[in-house]
Amino acid sequence: MQPDWIYGLIGGFIIGLGGAVYLLANGRIMGASGILGGLVDGSGHDTGRERLAFLAGLILLPLLAAALLRDVQTHATENIVVLIAAGLLVGIGTRIANGCTSGHGVCGISRLSLRGIVATVFYILAGGLSVVVFRHLLGVI
Amino acid sequence: MTRHLYAFVAGGLFGLGLLISGMTDTTKVQGWLDVFGNWDPTLAFVMGGAILPMAVAWRMTSGRKPLLGGSFPAKPAPKLGRELIIGSVLFGMGWGLAGLCPGPAMAALSFGGWPVWVFFVAMVTGMFVAPQLRSALDRLVPAE
Repeated sequence: MQPDWIYGLIGGFIIGLGGAVYLLANGRIMGASGILGGLVDGSGHDTGRERLAFLAGLILLPLLAAALLRDVQTHATENIVVLIAAGLLVGIGTRIANGCTSGHGVCGISRLSLRGIVATVFYILAGGLSVVVFRHLLGVI
Repeated sequence: MTRHLYAFVAGGLFGLGLLISGMTDTTKVQGWLDVFGNWDPTLAFVMGGAILPMAVAWRMTSGRKPLLGGSFPAKPAPKLGRELIIGSVLFGMGWGLAGLCPGPAMAALSFGGWPVWVFFVAMVTGMFVAPQLRSALDRLVPAE
């Protein structure tokens, strides 16, 4: 049995370091949905290149690390309807709520933001319910 | 240029951490959400591990300015609008359905194969239409 929680803790710490760099150097909150969403809907046009640089790091470092480190698998479903529905829900939901797991979760909770804490409670509850319904009741995932 | 370098490093650390922690593996995310199945506690350790350095970083912001100028983002007013709740519920449903949220979806683009790309394109489409849906919601149910 591999101690996955140790990888979780170390990986989590590195995620937090990334957020700390983005906050202390650039003065910005590391929220994946906000950084990407601002590029998609044009609201972050003024800071477009900074956003692109962040996303380049986010995509390229795992590419290099995946080639060097341990065997990496995503195990994503191959049900195309589920993938599209899930992607739409995540895209729409995070932009309406103005944050996701990184912005509301990591950055919000760590500054004891009420909005971040409440958002996190609701997306975790909805996520748990989603798994119960679609896995255990309907059996589609 | 320096701004972009720091942004690249921050994004790189974020992606590396997501990969090492196992958050780019949808089975670990869905395993954590699946309290009635074979529950996987990893995600709680990832959250805890990430919140620790971030909490220190927030403490360091008091009375200072960002290294590259400007100012730190102000703490939002503790106002819980319906958009926060509705959006988070929609997001959570999609998160549970595929086991992917925006950060890990992008971190896994290079090695996750076509399913991650399908999810990513749908997510970007959702982000593109979200402003229209938000104003439609405002017209339908005007805020008090």
